[in-house]
This record gives sequence, C-alpha cells and structure tokens, in this order.
Amino acid sequence: MKILVCISKTPDTTAKIAFTDNNTKFDANGVQWIINPYDEWYSLVRAIELKEADASAAIHLVTVGGADAEPIIRKALALGGDEAIRVNADSSDSFYIASQIAEVAKQGSYDLIFTGKETIDYNGSSIGGMVAELLDLPYISLATKFELSGKKATVTREIEGGEEVNEAELPLVVSTQKGMAEARIPNMRGIMAARTKPLKAVEPVAAETLTSVAAFGLPPAKVGVKLVSPDNVDELVHLLHEEAKAI
Amino acid sequence: MSVLIYIDTAEGHIKKSSIEAICYGAKIAEQLGTTTEGVVLGAVNDDVAALGKYGVKKIHHTTGDAFSQFDAQVYTKAIAEVAATTGAKVIVFSNNISGKAIAPRLSARLKAGLVAGAVALPNTDNGFTVKKNVFSGKAFANVTVNTEVKIISLSPNAYQVVAGEGTAELVTANVAVTPGKVTVTNTSKASGDIVLTEAEIVVSAGRGMKGPENWGMIEDLAKTLHAATACSRPVADAHWRPHNEHVGQTGFAIAPNLYIAIGISGAIQHLAGVNRSKVIVVINKDPEAPFFKAADYGIVGDAFEVVPKLNEAIKKLKSTA
Repeated sequence: MKILVCISKTPDTTAKIAFTDNNTKFDANGVQWIINPYDEWYSLVRAIELKEADASAAIHLVTVGGADAEPIIRKALALGGDEAIRVNADSSDSFYIASQIAEVAKQGSYDLIFTGKETIDYNGSSIGGMVAELLDLPYISLATKFELSGKKATVTREIEGGEEVNEAELPLVVSTQKGMAEARIPNMRGIMAARTKPLKAVEPVAAETLTSVAAFGLPPAKVGVKLVSPDNVDELVHLLHEEAKAI
Repeated sequence: MSVLIYIDTAEGHIKKSSIEAICYGAKIAEQLGTTTEGVVLGAVNDDVAALGKYGVKKIHHTTGDAFSQFDAQVYTKAIAEVAATTGAKVIVFSNNISGKAIAPRLSARLKAGLVAGAVALPNTDNGFTVKKNVFSGKAFANVTVNTEVKIISLSPNAYQVVAGEGTAELVTANVAVTPGKVTVTNTSKASGDIVLTEAEIVVSAGRGMKGPENWGMIEDLAKTLHAATACSRPVADAHWRPHNEHVGQTGFAIAPNLYIAIGISGAIQHLAGVNRSKVIVVINKDPEAPFFKAADYGIVGDAFEVVPKLNEAIKKLKSTA
C-alpha cells in the first residue's frame, strides 16, 4: 500500500501576523515555521500508524513550496515518512497547488491520499476536494477516524451536530482532523534517519491560477474590555441587551 | 446567466447556513443584475418553494435516491450539471461541512475560482474580489477570482438573514445520476441540541469549572439563552465534555453573535477558534487571564457565583421583553 501525505508549511500558531509590500505579502520576518498541525498530528501520524500495522506500506510526503520548506519536510520524514517530493513552486491559489499534488499522485499511483482538514494560514479546506476531483476519486472530508481492512476503508467523519460512518474502497482521498491520531514528537533515531531519506525536488507542471490575493488586512483591534462588577450582573445583561444587542 | 445557490439539507431539513447562503446569493444577483436560482438534492420535508421569501426565484430539485446519502463526488457532478443548464456565473455554497466537501471539487471540475469562507459581499467595482478570513481569524484577505465562473462558500453566521415575500418556482432537476463510491453505514447525532457551528449564541466553559459535575449551571444558562454549549480543549481532552463541543484551533471554529467564555483563560489556540464571534463576554476569576484582551465585556469573578446570577438576570429580562 502506498500512502501520500500532503504537507504544508505554516507560520507557528503564536506567530505575529503582519504584512509587507503594501499589504500583499505575509511578513515572514522572525516567523517560526511549522508543519501545518492538521497535516502533522492527524494525517502523518495516522499514516505512520497504518504503516506500523502493515510493514509493506510506504509513506510518501508531498509539499508545494520553495527550498525554505525543506526543514519542515525533513521534520516530517523524521516523524516517519519514507520519502518526500517537493514541488518547487509557490502559490496562494489552491487550484494551482492541488494540480501539482494531483500530478505527483498520478505519477506515484497511491492507494490513499491524506490532507489535513485545512491549513492554519489560508484556512481554505480546499486541497483534498480539489485533488480528489482532479483524480476522479471519492473524497471523505473532516475525518475523525480511519480504519482499513484490506482495500476497504471505514471512515468516521464529522457532520453538523454529530458524526457519520462511511465505507469506501481504496483509492481514496481523506481530509483529517482531531480524533485521527495523537500527536508524536520525532525521536533521535528518526531525526538521524531523516537526514538520508530521499527528498526529491521536482519542477511544477503547467496549471492555471484561478484566484489571487489582492490585499491582506488586519481586523480592527478590540477597543478594550468593558468590565462589570460581579455584584452587578444586571448591568452586564443591560449592556448585552441595549448596547451590544446580542441578547 | 444566474447566481446559483446550493441549498444544503440534513435529515430532510434545510440548514440555517443555507438560508444565509440564499440571502447572500440573492444580494449578489441584485448587484450583478441577474436572477437567483437554487439547487436542492434529495428528499426534503420542508416547504422548498417557501424559500422564495429569501430571494431565490427558481429552485431545481431532484428527489433521486442517489442523494439520500452524502457523497461529495455524486453531489458535485449533479450541481455541475445544474450550473451548466442555468448558465451560472456565480455559485454560492455555505462553507459548512457539505460546502467544504463539494465546493473545492466543483471548483476543480469547472476550473472556476473558489473563495472558501467568504465573510462579505463581493466587490465588483474592478473585477470580482471577496473578503475572507485567513490566519485563523487573525487577518483577512481580499481574494480576486480570475475566472469567468466564480464559486463562493460563505462562512456560517457571516451574513444576515432577511426574509421578504415570495415563492420560488420549483422545477425538476434532470441530472444524470452516477453511482457513488462511498456508503454511509451509520449516522449518530446528539439529538435536540442546537448545532454549535450554526448557533447564534454559544456558552462555553473551561477548566475553571473544576469538574464535569459542575456543568449544570452552564447548561442552564445555555438553555435560557437558546444557546449551544461549547468547551475548551483541556476540558474535552479530560473527557469532561464530548469532543464535538471543543472549540479552538484543533476543534471547531465558530463565529456566533455572542460567545460567553466561562473559566477559560484564552490561550491563543482557543482564540483562533472563536475570535470571529461578534461579541465576546469573559467571566474569569483571574484578572490577568489573556482572554480579557480579546473580550468586549468581562466580569472578574467566581463563575460559581456569577453564572447562576447571570442566568437569573437574563431570565428576568426575557420575562419582561
């Protein structure tokens, strides 16, 4: 079985968000980069668990990004990927990125493709669905559990106010979220092994860019909290009703 | 040419998030000087034609059995067909769970640019640019769609529902049904509860509640406010509350009109899931809790004393209103 895990490089959750070049570019100055948490904690770790249950399984990682994405992909290899492919391109357009991943997926004929439920920078939740469509494969989104028996996958996914169990045959695209697996940290053996694992850079294929970011912006800062005495909750209710019109 | 809205259902009922999408789509149609059409897949118990009061003029409906269970691949193909027959120039989804599964597929299928999670109407003065949240609500981006057909998925609770008059014309959607590859074998739902991601008011509590046995007052307050209940990550991880109540970076991202955080310190990961709430109230006994910096209103005090008093005060307001 071959598993492809999509890995995205994102700013650390606590990173200061600012923009440069007339608000058209993310200001990467001093920013700590991490593997997108959903890609790491859920997609990659679940893939590693599947491999632990089936030693014949192979985990390939794919990322679309410049050479500066390599420390991230090395960390993912240290956690347990077998080899990695970096498509040497940078884009904010999900369709362009999905087209690159779909091309890698076609070349490698994978049984299973995992993406995180979204990236914590663009929050698009789009790559999994687009890749599935480009490959004409079924797509199960926002999965919280994934079990495999031969070629049959049993996947629990979130629905509004509950969950749903789906069954589908591989090949399959799945977007993953909390519940899939528990976060791991790379051990020294993994870190050493990752140094020599194959990390191949390939050039992008031609693909359309359907969207572009005209400008970024920051939401207006909160004016400051209005504190109410704990002995005067009526005042809070009054403010919520009259001023905020929230109740 | 039209604006086409995908109207999503659950258990035969039209979702509130889809009604928001209809109102939003109808406004775009008005901006562009075109008509508003909708598509509904599968059997519906609600009165579909009555959705006309939200601005949709014509609804393409199929009750085919193929749509009795959700399969993004099957749904995408059907919506693509309706989009072709209606000559849709803008296709609107709610960025709810179904929208997140279908809209990207449709975008790739039609090579139509997608703005996922829009929070405002498009700006059509110079091209077609739509505002969406990025960096987990810490920033926004104005995204320009460069293709002739545009797809927008609207963030839940980001657009005000306005009901007017009117009835929509119902037409049968003649879509070729392709057999799906996904089978739904089981569905489980917390019955009777208000859906967290659609709720207008959310009452949320954290470790400050000390233990699951103390949640009665949280549930009472939620009941008085017709609110959904939520919790912070440590609470879900400790199994004090079910995981489907967990809001924050790894849990649900929500944007209610009112978010009441009780005994939650307000770690950045928690804020990432709730910072799009319109009004935030924080109740915490620690005046240094970081959540106060993100709040509109706050009470520095003991939740065990404040919450029951707040509940009574709101009951009093509701009884006089």
